[in-house]
Amino acid sequence: MPHIMAIPSVSRRAIKVWYRNLSVFRKTWLVNFFPPLVEAILYLFAIGLGIGTYVKDIDGIPYVTFIAPAILAIAVMNSAFFECTYGSYVRMYYQKSFDAMIATPLSIEDVIAGELLWGATRSVIYVVIMLPVLAIFGVISLPIALFAIPLAFMGGLMFAGIAMCFTAITPGIDTLNYPAFLFITPMTLFSGTFFPLTLLPAALQYVALALLPLTHLVAIMRMFTQAAVSPLLLLHLAWIIIVTVLSCIAAINLMQKRLIL
Amino acid sequence: MKKGEVFGFLGPNGAGKTTTMKMIACVSPKTAGTLTVLGMDPGTAPAAIKARLGIVPQETNLDPDFTCYGNLFMYARYFDIPEKTATKKADDLLEFVQLTEKRDVVVEKLSGGMKRRLILARALVNNPDILVLDEPTIGLDPQARHLIWEKLRTLQVQGNTIVLTTHYLDEAARLCDRLVIMDNGRILVEGAPAELVRDHAGREIVEVERSAEVISCLEDLNIPYELAGDMVQVVTESSRDIARILLDRCHPEKVITRPATLEDVFLKLTGRKLRE
Repeated sequence: MPHIMAIPSVSRRAIKVWYRNLSVFRKTWLVNFFPPLVEAILYLFAIGLGIGTYVKDIDGIPYVTFIAPAILAIAVMNSAFFECTYGSYVRMYYQKSFDAMIATPLSIEDVIAGELLWGATRSVIYVVIMLPVLAIFGVISLPIALFAIPLAFMGGLMFAGIAMCFTAITPGIDTLNYPAFLFITPMTLFSGTFFPLTLLPAALQYVALALLPLTHLVAIMRMFTQAAVSPLLLLHLAWIIIVTVLSCIAAINLMQKRLIL
Repeated sequence: MKKGEVFGFLGPNGAGKTTTMKMIACVSPKTAGTLTVLGMDPGTAPAAIKARLGIVPQETNLDPDFTCYGNLFMYARYFDIPEKTATKKADDLLEFVQLTEKRDVVVEKLSGGMKRRLILARALVNNPDILVLDEPTIGLDPQARHLIWEKLRTLQVQGNTIVLTTHYLDEAARLCDRLVIMDNGRILVEGAPAELVRDHAGREIVEVERSAEVISCLEDLNIPYELAGDMVQVVTESSRDIARILLDRCHPEKVITRPATLEDVFLKLTGRKLRE
């Protein structure tokens, strides 16, 4: 069995797996098109304009503008995470799709890499649909906010990798609720999303910076949507890249362990 | 294995048939010994081997997100078959397994027999050098089984090499040129079905109901017999003579004579104990 951090040999065939998922997505594109659209509008109205009426601004920035990058970052996280937990688990366990695929020249490494790429692509699609809505509301500054798109891929890949690690070790589909509720939900609230990280006690700020991937994604996203890029971007980006590489490698190795035999 | 041959793996549950299939298909690593598939080592060249195999797994693992056509087309793409060729191949194969009418139906709506046929078609998209079938007709009604057999025989006539596992001994006798009977991961015998029957089960079998009277009568006559459930079996070259003697001397209630089959060989070699 390969070591959890062994470099997996992924071939270009991974694209076929990505393409399979894209084909299914395209067949139901109308259903897939609405959630990001509706979600963006709901957040903007309920939290941005609703709570924003009382909060007015944070550090001189209108509240609705403050949360706009959080809406994007949370969408990146959720779409990749849920695609590569529940989505991948259903394809692996219930549909036996992975078994069918590895009877072809595709290897398990290719299949998982394709799934991870697809998870990241879901994030990109989500952000691409949300950006115009946010632009219409005037809460992001173009054109620099367009950097949200490549960032969505990077962040999406990170959450896809983390998600796939959980999928590889979960005993059943029900136990995937644990990371969803104990990891994703708190992260949605405490990563500098709806209020600045600095409002947290110092110790918790460090915990958030050290352990919550969303913190870094929101931070960069905010720099882009508010056109306020600082050198700190490099630190956040480095954190994301390292975690992305580690989680994707671990995910492929853990999945290989789960599926072989 | 020889080219153009149909080779069978038989054995009770847990004998190691599926494991063998999975090792050939480069899905499971081998635990010991050497394994060469198409002259290559599954450990180092799995993609090259898998590109030339057609696999029909025991479980139905068609892609429920696609139609019949979509399943074949997408599978062809996994084999790097260009789109145009894949489209044509998918339609040709749907015709071969008589599913053209169901071309655009999602696979969930198919009957069990149709699903198995579609899986067979799927295994053929890459014109495999070896077709590997794990229980190809499991759980099918007689009509569906016969249709699958017919398709397999067509493939055999076309010179395809086929490896299959099965629990159905009539299926093995009908399809296989050569087969092995396995148990506990070991091969017990190997040969052509008819040879195996002749060597291990004799030509004909007389069955009489099992009663103390019949058994003592057989012992008096010095006829060797075997106990098989609620019957007593006598293996013979001439069932007629034995049946006549039994009817005259032992007065049994019923006597059945029949030719020996692969099932007799199988039960003789692997025992009658139930496997879990």
